[in-house]
Amino acid sequence: MDKQNANEKQYLFDNPKNVKRLLYIVYACCAVLVLLEFVIHRHIYHSWEELFGFYPIYGFVGCVVLVLVAKWMRTFLMRDEDYYDKLESKQHPKPANKKQTEAEQAQGGNDVDA
Amino acid sequence: MWMPELPAFVPFFIGALIALVTTGKVRQAILLVTPVLSGLHLLTVPVGTVLSFSFLNFELEVFEVDKLSLLFGYIFHIAAFICMLFALHVKDTLQQVSGLLYAGSAIGAVFAGDLITLFIFWELLAVTSVFLIWARRTERAYIAGLRYLIIQVLSGVVLLVGIVFYAYKHQSINFEFIGLNDTASWLIFIAFGIKCAFPMLHNWLTDAYPEATPTGTVFLSAFTTKVAVYALARAYPGTELLVYIGVIMACFPIFFAVIENDLRRVLAYSMINQIGFMVVGIGIGTALAVNGAVSHAFNDILFKGLLFMSMGAVLHMTGKIDGSRLGGLYKTMPKTAILCMVGAASISAFPLFSGFVSKSMVMSAALNNGYGWAWLLLLFSAAGVFHHAGIKIPYFAFFAHDSGIRTSEPPKNMLFAMSIAAVLCVAIGVYPQALYSLLPFDTGYNPYDATHVLTQTQLLFFSALAFVWLNLKNMYPPELPSVNLDIDWFYRRLFPAILTPFFSLFWSIDRAVRGVFMRGVNGLLGVISRHEPDGILSRTQLSGSMVIWVSILLAVFLILSFW
Repeated sequence: MDKQNANEKQYLFDNPKNVKRLLYIVYACCAVLVLLEFVIHRHIYHSWEELFGFYPIYGFVGCVVLVLVAKWMRTFLMRDEDYYDKLESKQHPKPANKKQTEAEQAQGGNDVDA
Repeated sequence: MWMPELPAFVPFFIGALIALVTTGKVRQAILLVTPVLSGLHLLTVPVGTVLSFSFLNFELEVFEVDKLSLLFGYIFHIAAFICMLFALHVKDTLQQVSGLLYAGSAIGAVFAGDLITLFIFWELLAVTSVFLIWARRTERAYIAGLRYLIIQVLSGVVLLVGIVFYAYKHQSINFEFIGLNDTASWLIFIAFGIKCAFPMLHNWLTDAYPEATPTGTVFLSAFTTKVAVYALARAYPGTELLVYIGVIMACFPIFFAVIENDLRRVLAYSMINQIGFMVVGIGIGTALAVNGAVSHAFNDILFKGLLFMSMGAVLHMTGKIDGSRLGGLYKTMPKTAILCMVGAASISAFPLFSGFVSKSMVMSAALNNGYGWAWLLLLFSAAGVFHHAGIKIPYFAFFAHDSGIRTSEPPKNMLFAMSIAAVLCVAIGVYPQALYSLLPFDTGYNPYDATHVLTQTQLLFFSALAFVWLNLKNMYPPELPSVNLDIDWFYRRLFPAILTPFFSLFWSIDRAVRGVFMRGVNGLLGVISRHEPDGILSRTQLSGSMVIWVSILLAVFLILSFW
């Protein structure tokens, strides 16, 4: 993954074929894991586990539900990026001569003694 | 000085003092050597060591060692070393000194044998850590730090009140099993709960941690919440309420994590989720469950630290941390990307990574003790963890759409610190017995049976498949520059919105009343002090009139004295 291809500006996933290959690997792994249930006898502790392919189904459905619910939550929880900044700058007014730009806000660390 | 009774926090406080007066290479050496020497010393300290002295009428046990505290002592030393190494390039006295003091306070807290000592370190944790947030030196960080400090100190105050009640009732301040039964125990429970980020009390964590410096967040992620987990494990194992609290903690943050844009805030939510697993373990309270809880705390410090370090490195190199502004960094930061993915695999509990060997203990304990519903919900959140922390973090930072950012690998010390954490994550996953031997109970648990490996891998791969499918169908919520409302909306938006008009009304009435009063006083003064010839104080008075007034006063006194 960390190797660059021969072409200097062409990186691993710039080539759509490589993305496809990765996806096929994922699909193949999933298929193998389901087939392994025929070979390996699972211990059952919970009644739901008796269902064939319980874990794959639970993982897949669980994640889809998770994402869809989260997406729905956005409709009433999401606000502008500076939602609180606007409020709080009103409560804590800045000194007039110092204006902070967005770039300054986004700055990483302050690595030197102030 | 080299004696077993030397409390483990002392070297850190001494180290901080020396770091304060040194600079450059000498200070860097102090920062690295302090946790190493202190850790080596701790290895020689046997279980059962107690250092106590009397203060007023109390027997203070400043340093009490048992297997539980020793486990946390070890991991805090490892974490302190990794954090120091990660922050070694930083030339900021404030961060380095407060980092050492903060680590020392956490270590002091886990070896506290009595509640008063615990309280002192509990508050020290708050006041030393806030500087790691303020050291960002932005306005947002300053305000977020204030909120953080208020909530943390509040936790300490609640703890203190609880301790006073507890000491009065039990005539003892020994820090041991408390259990929920009276007011005092509830107060102490709530104090622990605030630091442990219980639902509704959790928002300080997701608010403040992402505002700290790139290196400061790594410190913060290691200590405060884990001290709270330790305290709960000591005082409230087997409290059933904790199972419910823990399950909620494990489940609700993953929804927020999926739609959060700031990747360090995603990790903060995921941290609450992981603490949820620990809290469930403590709530179940059997030997296996408590082992699971504390070993998961041990592993969480490493893999969550690793994830926070990788995101800190990204922030340090690019100045950006929002998922919507990043992407494609694997091209220029491949090593960081791989280290991040090791952390992601560990937190997702892939077999052969550290999360696998500890999370499963809590899950098994839930099943064995009749908490089937809790097990199902934990399984859901385990799949969700992989989704938001395991895939989302590396995907949106290092892959996804190319943001066009071209940078380079972070400084060597950062890479080195991340590598140590990554190696430990894999080592614990491959050879869990090393960790198990440090646990408080011996349960003979083996995570690597065929059922467990197969089911966990199935769960994770099909979660990944869900991610792929949702992305291909364009149903995955895109990263958007945004904030999401959480409990902090109440104290950042609603309360100010209600209280500001109330206070402005109050102050305006106050101003009006005071204005009337002041006008009266001023008028009176004006009358008295006028200096025109007819002003009261300007008139010429006969000295004889004063004699008359004095004699009148004396006569009044004389008459009054007859009564």
